Amino acid sequence: MQPATLAVSLDKQNSRQPERWRGFVVLGRLLRWLWSFALTLLGLALVTFLMTRLAPADPALQMVGDHASQSSYDAARLALGLDRPLPIQFLRYLQAAFSGNLGQSISTGQPVASDIARTFPATIELATTAIIAGAIIGLALGILAAMRPGSWVDAIARVVSLFGYSVPIFWLGLLMLLLFYARLHWAPGPGRLGIVFQYTVKPVTGFAIVDAWLSGKPGAVADVLAHLVLPATVLALYALAGISRLTRGAVLTELGQEYVLTARAKGASLTRIVFVHILPNIFGTLLTVVALAYASLLEGAVLTETVFAWPGIGRYLTTAMFAGDTPAILGATLVVGSTFVLLNALTDLAVGFVQKGRAR
Amino acid sequence: MAEPLLDVQNLTIAFPSDGGPIDVVKSISFGVGREIVAVVGESGSGKSMTGRAIMGLLPPHAKVRAETMRFDGVDLQTLRPAQWNRLRGDGIGLILQDPKFSLNPAHRIGRQIEETLLLHTKLSAGERRDRALEMMDKVGLADPKRVYDSYPAALSGGMGQRVMIAAMLINRPKLIIADEPTSALDHDLQEQILLLLRSLVEEFGMAMMLISHDLQQVARYADRVIVMRQGEIVDRLPAASLAEAKSPYTRGLWAARPSATTYGTRLPVIDDEDAT
Amino acid sequence: MSLMVEPVVLSSSLVRRVLRSPSAAIGATILFVMLFAALFAPLIAPYDPNLQETANRLAVPSAAHWIGTDAFGRDLLSRLLYGARPTLLLVLFVVLLMAPAGIIIGVLAGYFGGITERILMRITDIVMSFPRLLLAFAFVAIMGPGLLNGALALALTSWPAYARQARVETVALRRSDYLAAAEMVGIRGPRLLIGHVLPLVMPSAIIRLALDLFGIILAAAVLGFLGLGVRPPTAEWGSMVAEGTQVIFDQRWIAAAPGFAILIISLGFNLVADGLRDILDPRHG
Repeated sequence: MQPATLAVSLDKQNSRQPERWRGFVVLGRLLRWLWSFALTLLGLALVTFLMTRLAPADPALQMVGDHASQSSYDAARLALGLDRPLPIQFLRYLQAAFSGNLGQSISTGQPVASDIARTFPATIELATTAIIAGAIIGLALGILAAMRPGSWVDAIARVVSLFGYSVPIFWLGLLMLLLFYARLHWAPGPGRLGIVFQYTVKPVTGFAIVDAWLSGKPGAVADVLAHLVLPATVLALYALAGISRLTRGAVLTELGQEYVLTARAKGASLTRIVFVHILPNIFGTLLTVVALAYASLLEGAVLTETVFAWPGIGRYLTTAMFAGDTPAILGATLVVGSTFVLLNALTDLAVGFVQKGRAR
Repeated sequence: MAEPLLDVQNLTIAFPSDGGPIDVVKSISFGVGREIVAVVGESGSGKSMTGRAIMGLLPPHAKVRAETMRFDGVDLQTLRPAQWNRLRGDGIGLILQDPKFSLNPAHRIGRQIEETLLLHTKLSAGERRDRALEMMDKVGLADPKRVYDSYPAALSGGMGQRVMIAAMLINRPKLIIADEPTSALDHDLQEQILLLLRSLVEEFGMAMMLISHDLQQVARYADRVIVMRQGEIVDRLPAASLAEAKSPYTRGLWAARPSATTYGTRLPVIDDEDAT
Repeated sequence: MSLMVEPVVLSSSLVRRVLRSPSAAIGATILFVMLFAALFAPLIAPYDPNLQETANRLAVPSAAHWIGTDAFGRDLLSRLLYGARPTLLLVLFVVLLMAPAGIIIGVLAGYFGGITERILMRITDIVMSFPRLLLAFAFVAIMGPGLLNGALALALTSWPAYARQARVETVALRRSDYLAAAEMVGIRGPRLLIGHVLPLVMPSAIIRLALDLFGIILAAAVLGFLGLGVRPPTAEWGSMVAEGTQVIFDQRWIAAAPGFAILIISLGFNLVADGLRDILDPRHG
């Protein structure tokens, strides 16, 4: 965590940039960011593409099956464009991906893109709920722990953080299912909606909370939320670990800075110092931490969904892995991966603007 | 001398270490009245620690013990955190060394200057702003309105230190502790800032504890001088008498100052045996 | 402009200081026990981990079987002890693949500078932005499960951090008098890189490794859980948890025990990492 330092310009008169250059600077930043982002996406696409071609499984064979004739096999090869040189294939792959064609899933028989469109919202819903809970608790815990080092709050924060870092997510999910569903019957079983609502709530947006609310059926929203609690808690704990630890570290670092001493010398209370003086200085850091945690929750969802039979893209992916459904695996990886990259890139951009506003 | 505003008797500050507690300030006693008292010493003499101790700003693992530590009739050793917060910024102020680090980079200047007013008075926002602008003018900041809305990053070192002074003096504390207020500045600026400090202190009728390592500097701006060395007070004398100092250490410090006459010659070195 | 370079020195005193912190001491103990179990499993385990006692399937923990048996009648304690091996082996492979690759790329980029540095660092930045686990899963799922593929997958997605760090340090070294002196004596090229740059870059790489290990363990466990790890019937903690999932509601211990083992070893690595962090950056202690 970099402490906030000031650029001291010795010449008072020229200490401000001419206003008209500011616009260009911002534009330059945006363009550089865009270039970086595009390059990374391209890299991701390249990696996924290479995996299709390097795979031992022959995509044409997968498509027509083992008992097909030579001619249909050849036709399949042609249709998939496998006869062209590799760079051309890559370009066609990119072209297809851009127009929303990610191939055909071998197991479901549907276009991969529509499969993903069906399942991705569920994952987003889960991850978003988890990050909201995780961020609120994590930030609060981290701040409190930094304000009272050595206290029981601090101890709890450290234990929770350590546990969250060390525990295998899938195992925790299993245990929670065991405890809260099987034993205590507090939480409903796996899945997103109870049996009652599964057929009466129409998937309009793909976000169960919204759909349940739109359906107007009494108890639907509550049912959705009840199903959401357990998997979201598992993921929230995962996010909590990192967020609380990094927040605690950031606040502690700032507490050692000179400007905090100044504030104390003025008679400011610890609460005021933390919330009025320190938080604005670490806002960028905290934003980064939460955003990165959100991105890693997308990865974590892959596992959690399997355990809770949550019909999101994670479960789609793991099912595809077991079935050896290469197009589906790669399509899902590309989509989730791109989202991941996008989140990272947006965070960089946002932080860049936040920093710029303060120190020149 | 009148009843001292600050009365310190046998103050000891110790820090824990692997080999047991180490005394960085060893049972010192002094008083400050409505005057400018300079506390001078080399790095590690304990002068800054003393200043911090009087404000209760030492880290929690520091052990501060004193027979007496009273400010304006209040026993500082019995104060609880909330009481300290009321005293700091109101009764006692602290000016730190380097505005590059001591100002909050995320707050505008005006806000930082007004903060003590916000914390300790019931003035309205408009009144606070008026006082701030007035104070900024007093400390010699050109174009106060523009600086009011600026961030610390836009300021030079000299401007920043003026802001620091304005922020700490705006609420007219009774005692101001200036911890090496000019050490981060250019030589010419140092004179200006010290002059400014002294005139404000006199105008507001405050007491000042000027902590410094520069003996010749304090000679011109202080009334009395306390010389510290390795945690102990080795000399006290009026600033006017520095040239005729009796203590060998003080004489050594005084003689070691570079000037036009000493240019090109070897400066005297202080041996450990000299300070007795 | 020359810079004084202050590399982190790995010395016995550093190790001693780390162990003085209680968390690090506990962590190190845990790791030792795990290592011991993995190495001496054939000697300690009461049964052959693949021996199926079909008559005694899903047995409750008892004197004969301390943690009971699984769905195939295999002793869980033995499988637990043997299960440490694939996990630790995978971690070892990952480390051997990831760290050298990253360090070499970083050093080359930092030393040669110019267009080489820009290209290499651009690649590093791009790979760094990828979702590590996700790509690792996809890689193994497509290339076929197995220890080596898993290690390769994880290594391929984790080397950037090491490259970045090595480059930063190499750049600092390049500007220092230390390298200039060596070059003046006539040491150039590969000899300079291997003999002078590498030793100074290694310590922080090792420290970074120590901090990364718990993540690698968890990733390895996940691969096993998803069936992308070692092939059955080899005992491996992740796949054991997966097997236990079928019967989780009735025979809890089958899934609970191996998961708990993963937790403990990950905890061990984390505690040691905490100790290291406390030493290197006491502010956060």
